Amino acid sequence: MALEARLRARRAGGAKLLVPYVTAGLTDDWVRVVEAVAAAGADAIEIGIPFSDPIIDGPVIQAASQTALERGVTPASALAELGEVSIGVPLVAMTYCNLLFHAGFQRYAGWLEEAGVAGTIFPDLPKEEARPWAEFAAGKGIANVLLVAPTTSEERARAIAAESRGFVYGVGLMGVTGVREQLAASAIGVAKRLKSVTDRPVLIGVGVSSPLHARQLAPHADGVVVGSALVKILADGGGPEGAYDFVSSLRQALDGQ
Amino acid sequence: MSSVFANPGSASGYFGDFGGRFVPEPLMAAVRELEDLFTAAWEDPAFQAEYHSILTGYAGRPTPVTYCANLSQDLGIELYLKREDLTHTGSHKINNVVGQALLTRRMGKSRIIAETGAGQHGVATATAAALFGLKCTVYMGAVDVKRQALNVFRMRLLGAEVVPVNSGSRTLKDAINEAMREWVACVEDTHYCIGSVMGPHPYPLMVRQFQRVIGDEARSQMHEAIGTDPDFVVACVGGGSNAAGTFTAFLESDAAIVGVEPAGGAAVGRGTPGVVHGMRSQFLQDEFGQVEEAQSISAGLDYPGVGPEHAYLASIGRARYEAVDDAAVLNAFQVLSRREGIIPALEPAHAIAWVLAEAGSTIPRGSRVLVTLSGRGDKDSEQVAEILGGA
Repeated sequence: MALEARLRARRAGGAKLLVPYVTAGLTDDWVRVVEAVAAAGADAIEIGIPFSDPIIDGPVIQAASQTALERGVTPASALAELGEVSIGVPLVAMTYCNLLFHAGFQRYAGWLEEAGVAGTIFPDLPKEEARPWAEFAAGKGIANVLLVAPTTSEERARAIAAESRGFVYGVGLMGVTGVREQLAASAIGVAKRLKSVTDRPVLIGVGVSSPLHARQLAPHADGVVVGSALVKILADGGGPEGAYDFVSSLRQALDGQ
Repeated sequence: MSSVFANPGSASGYFGDFGGRFVPEPLMAAVRELEDLFTAAWEDPAFQAEYHSILTGYAGRPTPVTYCANLSQDLGIELYLKREDLTHTGSHKINNVVGQALLTRRMGKSRIIAETGAGQHGVATATAAALFGLKCTVYMGAVDVKRQALNVFRMRLLGAEVVPVNSGSRTLKDAINEAMREWVACVEDTHYCIGSVMGPHPYPLMVRQFQRVIGDEARSQMHEAIGTDPDFVVACVGGGSNAAGTFTAFLESDAAIVGVEPAGGAAVGRGTPGVVHGMRSQFLQDEFGQVEEAQSISAGLDYPGVGPEHAYLASIGRARYEAVDDAAVLNAFQVLSRREGIIPALEPAHAIAWVLAEAGSTIPRGSRVLVTLSGRGDKDSEQVAEILGGA
């Protein structure tokens, strides 16, 4: 299903958007985890395809990626597993661009289509390098999501938001992904700047770790991406139930309950 | 266009199909600022004067070219060494860090971070940090911390913090990952001093420019010595900074240009195109694009990628890239020591090993061969002694 249309429709209905992140292949039951995350009220789910050199990821996702790789997960195998089930919410494949270039656009898009994936995120593929893939993906109905950082100028943020599809990913802090105690002030700053330059859904991720953080961001952004905090629960053996409980708590926080 | 961008493709950060700027958005502002600052500084006579005065008065440049009479006789060629081992800190790395330390000061940043493999770039960065009064943190794979203990001590003595990196293969590739991660979090007051001709634009170009002093000196020294260009120009290639700095002066000449890679880390020779560490280049990787670990006796060449300019020079056939194995390197390490009284670092011992193997065949008898001796072997002596059983 189309990512941006779905997110815009949810927003129009008054909802704040929740996009949890799950590392593909972290455990045997990772697809069950994805289903549980959907059932707990996710509006879309980011699927992290493990890469050997994740330069924007902190210790939690680095370790999860390493574990998944050691379990023999490949982009093709992870996406094939996803294709066997119907999740019910749009999926967004997040990984580093070497996997895309190595597979080639045609082959990679084929994997995504077979898995029913609606969008892609490549944190190391900035606007200047993203266009060929973004155009190719758009032709297949796949949205390529671009990132905006606290150090991105307003002019550049406007241009990135214009080229992004699906939503705009606001990076909440200057740093790698990871669980943080407090929400960085920069998270709200990025949200406000993006909301002032685009009508596209604005989601804030990186350093968004708890129901409290989600609640703090809700007045300023259209929604949140939560990665490391969920992956940590999974790495500690939380399984589908642990994922369901945590994502439910995020959902309730965003719904003002 | 300014002289910096005289090379094909460089204006957009590309050497042919290779290079580019594949960085996460949080770093984009910093690399763009660096590009503007470097471009302006390189054209600024005051910057050039200060850079060269430090290279002369502090780093010991120019370094000589040494004619190796004994080996030349053994091999039936004329062998010349460009002696980067004689610089302050013992390797060519100082040329680059002096330039980047000056840029750090121009940016008003107070701290410099670096990755290091063999420790030579880490030592050079720590040295420049001491000289310029900058705080310094060096990321080093835990495996390399162990096999290059002397350099770890030197860095700490110079006032730098050395952070062992335990992720991935725990070598140079992972030290780069960790330095990049750290940089995102402290980019406001910190410059990332990349040690080779790799990473996102402008690094490959900038580091090449800061290293071209090697080739510029060597070419005029060769003209003085033999009245013309050498027939072969040879240098070792990990990321490829001493090679890029050497080769760039000879690209327009008739010299055959040869980069020598470790057999276990031959990114040009055995790699495939990819995008890692901010650049499109050649990498050792599996069928899905997961980066593989390099395996080399030399920590400084233990890198599964290569600078994009080398990938480009190979793609257009202007340079060729050959590989030598660890046994040949150990032999070359000893041969140069015994025949010429020069203990090379294991990295340039790769270049020597290729010359030893090919003299009289690929390198015809009577050829004039220039090899860049990128560093001295003190740091490697303990490791080699262990392998050779205390020879």
